[in-house]
Amino acid sequence: MLKIEDLHVEVEGKPILKGISLEVAAGEVHAIMGPNGSGKSTLAYVLAGREGYEVTKGSITYKGEDLLEMVPEARAAEGIFLGFQYPVAIPGVSNIYFLKAALNAIRKHRGQDPLDAIDFMKLSKEKAAIVQLPDELTKRSVNDGFSGGEKKRNEIFQMALLEPSLAVLDETDSGLDIDALKVVAQGVNALRGPERAMLVITHYQRLLDHIVPDVVHVLIDGRIVRTGDKNLAKQLEREGYSEVRDAPSL
Amino acid sequence: MSSATEPIDEILKKSYDAGFVTDIEQEYAPPGLNEDIVKFISKKKQEPEWLLQWRLKAYRRWQQMSEPRWAKVSYPEIDYQDICYYAAPKTDKDAPKSLDEVDPELLETYEKLGIPLHEREVLAGVAVDAVFDSVSVATTFREKLAEVGVIFMSFSEAVQEHPELIKKYLGSVVPVSDNFFAALNSAVFSDGSFVYIPKGVRCPMELSTYFRINAAKTGQFERTLIVADEGSYVSYLEGCTAPMRDENQLHAAVVELVAHKDAEIKYSTVQNWYPGDENGKGGIFNFVTKRGLCEGEASKISWTQVETGSAITWKYPSCILKGDDSIGEFYSVALSNHRQQADTGTKMIHLGKNTKSTIISKGISAGHGQQTYRGGVKIMRGADNARNYTQCDSLLIGDKCGAHTVPYVDVRNSTSKLEHEATTSRIGEDQLFYCRQRGLSEEDAVSLIVNGFAKEVLKELPMEFAVEAQKLLGVSLEGAVG
Repeated sequence: MLKIEDLHVEVEGKPILKGISLEVAAGEVHAIMGPNGSGKSTLAYVLAGREGYEVTKGSITYKGEDLLEMVPEARAAEGIFLGFQYPVAIPGVSNIYFLKAALNAIRKHRGQDPLDAIDFMKLSKEKAAIVQLPDELTKRSVNDGFSGGEKKRNEIFQMALLEPSLAVLDETDSGLDIDALKVVAQGVNALRGPERAMLVITHYQRLLDHIVPDVVHVLIDGRIVRTGDKNLAKQLEREGYSEVRDAPSL
Repeated sequence: MSSATEPIDEILKKSYDAGFVTDIEQEYAPPGLNEDIVKFISKKKQEPEWLLQWRLKAYRRWQQMSEPRWAKVSYPEIDYQDICYYAAPKTDKDAPKSLDEVDPELLETYEKLGIPLHEREVLAGVAVDAVFDSVSVATTFREKLAEVGVIFMSFSEAVQEHPELIKKYLGSVVPVSDNFFAALNSAVFSDGSFVYIPKGVRCPMELSTYFRINAAKTGQFERTLIVADEGSYVSYLEGCTAPMRDENQLHAAVVELVAHKDAEIKYSTVQNWYPGDENGKGGIFNFVTKRGLCEGEASKISWTQVETGSAITWKYPSCILKGDDSIGEFYSVALSNHRQQADTGTKMIHLGKNTKSTIISKGISAGHGQQTYRGGVKIMRGADNARNYTQCDSLLIGDKCGAHTVPYVDVRNSTSKLEHEATTSRIGEDQLFYCRQRGLSEEDAVSLIVNGFAKEVLKELPMEFAVEAQKLLGVSLEGAVG
């Protein structure tokens, strides 16, 4: 589904990603782990097409297409979803209105009819239940005055509604207490499926106790230094990033 | 970041949807202004002598006045002798009595603007007093309104049919000498609307007037007067649009509202006159004087405006809160794109006891647009326990526009309470990216964010107007991304 080859990315002239290669097949969950400043979020933004992230070398192929040619909304319509580390607020725009506009824009791209208000509300209720998002939050302005945990739950709620093919979750666990973490992880697990790939970016291993990955990559200083199974995450937790970087591959 | 500013140059290249000219014979007064022109206008309209004298008095005052320069707007000198002060569609005999008698081409103009009179008549139940250029050509629903005693007609008709009301109220809120543009309007006003709601009557429908400027170099000098007698209620909608022109067009309207005891007037405007092209060429100069008098106890006047058009906007819909317990409200969304300049706000003058005013102003600047909120809250000596709440928010799109806030406060009674809140924000790249990541196009994202910003004001508009205004904000900002 996703194939990244020798990807080099600069931000404001500074090299951040220095040759990443990665392949994710449908149905797989990959974790990207790494210390602060290693380029994890940059990878997420490049996949979603954010401005200011310049690809200087390499390629990204998604569902057989050149992803780098697509504008962000086209990527979204093609099924790429980014769960933001810091979701932004949009005052005055209700969550539900925002999502209906988003979903219908994506449906339009797929040649489907827009959902009407009644069908949408029904769908929204169903999906909100997955992350136990209170009804009241779906009606409030997008992320406006939400707590950290509410914002993250809202991201997963949006993911559930938009049903992406590739979900990139950027530090979804940051700022969550253990109960909230469990709820979010359950939400994510409920969305795992044979047609859906996930890239879970995290600093800590604890999220991976709840969202068990098929593959773990360790990203340090813009390069993937190790790739392994879920046990690699546990090893990291025990030994720290520097040990893992210097140790020979498993 | 150059990557962020480049799209700005792509911006706002949206051509004006309503830019076309209707070909209808006009009857002009020769350009220029002198006492003879004032007399010509008055005679054309077969006005009584007192009104002619009133106009002449205004004209003489105007000659002694100079154009106000305190607003934060700049525009080339206006040559008042180069303007035509009267133009009306030619009529063979009498003005049309029903839509069937209206020039089909005129009706087609409204169709193009998406204002099908027939549909509005039947579906929306809105009475439309359509002002084409200067003379009203279609007034609908008058009979139905007459059943409850509501008077809704063109100003010139009202002069003929209800001279006693006109004489009593004309100039009672905005005196002829009030300001330069109001004096000019008083001298040469051509037509407009008159509304009278009798005691205890709740106007059964929303009253609506669509204005349209249609003759090159013809200034528009509308005069609107709305009187709500004791315990009555009326909601009045005003919407404007104009065809594309290369030359600046002057518009100096006057609106006067009078609310008696326990009466309420809700006045809503969606203004979409031609704003000029992206280089600031063309566009309407909109110098408007709007004021409401809360004459009676517990009366209420509420102004709601969505201002997206005009090259220059100079407009301060105000309330004089004379009656005890009276309420004044001002809700505004003003948008300046391209080279548009808007200096707009309100004045709330508290005279009566326990008077309350609310000001919610939302300014949106994009392109090279300049936006100034100018507000005045005055609490006079006798206004015990007066209250004002002012909220004034600015939204910037791109890095070449400007937002300015000039709130004046003058308090002469220590029992009053005033609150003022102001914010300035920018449509962030992060907000746009967030929306686009969820599948929305850049333009839809801007439109969504702006409508969210303006929501508190838009919700004050009547339903169908709110939908129109929402669309208008989106259209006015197409491509305006930074």
